[in-house]
Amino acid sequence: MDTRPDESEVTQPRLGPVGMLRWAWRQLTSMRTALFLLLLLAIGAVPGSIWPQRNIDAGRVADYLSRHRSTGPWLDRLGFFDVYSSPWFAAIYLLLFVSLVGCVVPRSKIHWRAMRAQPPAAPLHLERLPEHGQIEVDGTPEEVLQVARDVLRGRNVLGSHRRIMRWRIRSTGKADVPRTGDGLSLSAESGYLRETGNLVFHTALIVVIAAVAVGHLFGWRGDRILVTGKSFSNTISAYDTFDPGPWVDTEGLSPFMVAVDKLDVTFEEHSRGAQRGAPRDFTAYTRTQASPDAPQIHQTLKVNGPLTFGGTSVFLLGNGYAPVITVRDAAGQVLLHEATPFLPQDANYKSVGAIKVSAASPKQLGFFGFFLPSEYLDKDAGPSSFFPDLKNPALALGVYEGELYPQGRPQSVYTLSTEKMTQLRNARGEPLRLLLKPGQTIQLPGGRGSITFDAVQRWAGLSTRYDPGKLFALIGALAALAGLIASLVIRRRRVFVRVRSTGPRTVVSIGGLAKGEDPGLGATIEDLLSTITQRITAKRSVTKGSDTKV
Amino acid sequence: MTNQTLAQYANLAVYSAMAVFTIAMIAFALDLARTLPRLSVAAPETQKEPALVGADSSVDALAYPIPTDDPDRPLTRTRKAAGIAMMLTRLGGLLLIAAAAMRGLSVHRPPLGNMFEFALVSSMFVVVIFVVISLRRDIRWLGLFVVGPVLLTLGLAITVFYTDASELLPSLKSVWLVIHVTVATFAVALFTIAFSVTILHVVKTWLEAQAANDPPAMSRIRTIVNTALPPARSLDRTAYRMHAVAFPLWTFTLIAGAIWAEQAWGHYWNWDPKEVWTFVIWVVYAAYLHARATTGWSPRAANYLALAGYGAILVNYMVVNVFFVGQHSYSGM
Repeated sequence: MDTRPDESEVTQPRLGPVGMLRWAWRQLTSMRTALFLLLLLAIGAVPGSIWPQRNIDAGRVADYLSRHRSTGPWLDRLGFFDVYSSPWFAAIYLLLFVSLVGCVVPRSKIHWRAMRAQPPAAPLHLERLPEHGQIEVDGTPEEVLQVARDVLRGRNVLGSHRRIMRWRIRSTGKADVPRTGDGLSLSAESGYLRETGNLVFHTALIVVIAAVAVGHLFGWRGDRILVTGKSFSNTISAYDTFDPGPWVDTEGLSPFMVAVDKLDVTFEEHSRGAQRGAPRDFTAYTRTQASPDAPQIHQTLKVNGPLTFGGTSVFLLGNGYAPVITVRDAAGQVLLHEATPFLPQDANYKSVGAIKVSAASPKQLGFFGFFLPSEYLDKDAGPSSFFPDLKNPALALGVYEGELYPQGRPQSVYTLSTEKMTQLRNARGEPLRLLLKPGQTIQLPGGRGSITFDAVQRWAGLSTRYDPGKLFALIGALAALAGLIASLVIRRRRVFVRVRSTGPRTVVSIGGLAKGEDPGLGATIEDLLSTITQRITAKRSVTKGSDTKV
Repeated sequence: MTNQTLAQYANLAVYSAMAVFTIAMIAFALDLARTLPRLSVAAPETQKEPALVGADSSVDALAYPIPTDDPDRPLTRTRKAAGIAMMLTRLGGLLLIAAAAMRGLSVHRPPLGNMFEFALVSSMFVVVIFVVISLRRDIRWLGLFVVGPVLLTLGLAITVFYTDASELLPSLKSVWLVIHVTVATFAVALFTIAFSVTILHVVKTWLEAQAANDPPAMSRIRTIVNTALPPARSLDRTAYRMHAVAFPLWTFTLIAGAIWAEQAWGHYWNWDPKEVWTFVIWVVYAAYLHARATTGWSPRAANYLALAGYGAILVNYMVVNVFFVGQHSYSGM
């Protein structure tokens, strides 16, 4: 039988609910936990760079899921395709945020008190301090101490690396009254800005996090593909996709207008190898109006030069081709005449798109296929493009007929939903393929009319962004940087001066104490000692001179 | 228009620098290997630096003198090999500056547009920082561990990462390219030297423990390494200081990158793989500085964080550019 006393009953004090909370708070705000959370944040961010992310490229996520049928769904369940909005990632940064607040608040209080407190009185044995120096000078102890006080107060004492240091000197109190045979003393402290910088750094990080949250809640983005020659106004309906934060007032968008008159695109033509065809310059020539009553302004929009309207900016993020197509019925009546944007699929702008002729009767017509800016026939891949610019433009299309919008479901404008459609075939029973060059017209079989490829226009991929938090994020980040530099560069130091009379002369000892490692402290003390000596010598020679005059 | 002839000269300069650094590396190694016989005469106690005021806290690895000559025979054993190595390192540094300048002139832009140019410029910064520090302090003991990594980087750059001189993508044409990437390369160069010093610190700590326990049992090579390196304490301080300079620079890189991203891509933070890894590096080094500032954490644990941080830098440079899909896909490979 176990006769040992049950330790848990005997020794452990009971923690009440408040005690438990306090214990949990201490644990959360401890440096050990903060470090652990920092590392967890670093590790947690990594999966988002390895696996495709929905908020960046939903297409690649779908592609990944279709290729990895066994592991994909599990990764999805664990949030590996939405890492930065997943609950576990949020848990890490929220805990870190709490830990940050729990670190800054009590430390600010302590620092506030320290900044208003006096430096402590000089210890008795200065030679026991980590840094210590001593010299003998002429003059009375009172005189020498006054010089030391002036030197420290004068703001012209150079610290290590010739850095100017400001000292706070302890005002004379009881502790500075000479003790038995110790002479007079003086204490000074410098480098309060080190802790201030440290606190600014951490507080600024809180500001940055808050600014990110504000941007997330009140910011929005709208994307629009705009064919040259067209314009759009800043309303939700004008955008192809609109992604608002939860607290965005979608009625109150600033009422500007942007028209793209012309889009200039240049690609690398001269280099060979991998760089050939790489984009070199995109410039959109625009007309803008800040509000319906404002005058129109001509502005250029470039990749690194957005248009701005107050806090809202319009960026040029993409470009592509929009072939102008006319579809006529058998009687020659125009059913459709418009520039249809095609989406580039590769570096040579092989672009995919669909032309939907809902006015065709009895059955609706749909064309689906590729636009090729520099067409050639690849043995395996079929019609392809060898260069991103318009060297040999062509359209390669298949034709479908039937119902374009089954049950009126929403669908992408770049693909054709073919579930209620049948593909047209040629006389040999093969799927009908049309290859059109600009200016060409092809008659569709069976009296279905004709399709004409009139011309090619370009489109600009515009993205409108509004983020009210970004200025605060920038200010916070810069403040954090300044605070960081201050906290790493500035040294917190205390120096103590003691003067003792040896008859005609006075011995000055200086002891120094630093918070943390401080290799420059010794040099600072040497500097102080030599400055005091110089001043005393200068002062005494001046007094002597005036003496002889009298 | 790119001037391919000038780009060829730039490559030639890189090859010449590599040849020069190879000889420098051998000379540095010879110099370290010769420290032992000198020390058998000069007792280790006499190596202490002339203390300024106090004793211990002012010992600085950067100022740590490799014990000079045998006091009895002052002129017989100068560190000729180290002198030659330093001269060659300076020459190699000049060749790298010339290479970067010619590469930049050949494409009429700062040479910061692809992985080859990034490797070239950061190697140049590593050598320049080393040479500048060596003008003020004796850091010949570090030479081998600076020139070695530089040689490796240049070798990889000119073979694996090589990209023909050409113009930039439109999104890279910005004044922020100069600001953001220059500071990034400079910070990486500092982190690289700090990484070397940190590894030396780990090795030296281990050897010092051995030497304290059972000195006769130590192999000759271990004894040589142990005597050739400054004390572990000062190595630790040097590594910390370099990290403390590099970290704010990295913070600036992050901020400048965010400002540029806002202009080019519409938002200051897009969780692009390169941004993620830059952030990871920042967080790991922030953890290192916190570990250093906290009493109760051993320097060893902090060292491992610093090494992990440099591992993240290598991933950010070599893995992210080549294998991950993102908006920073400028490797040109």
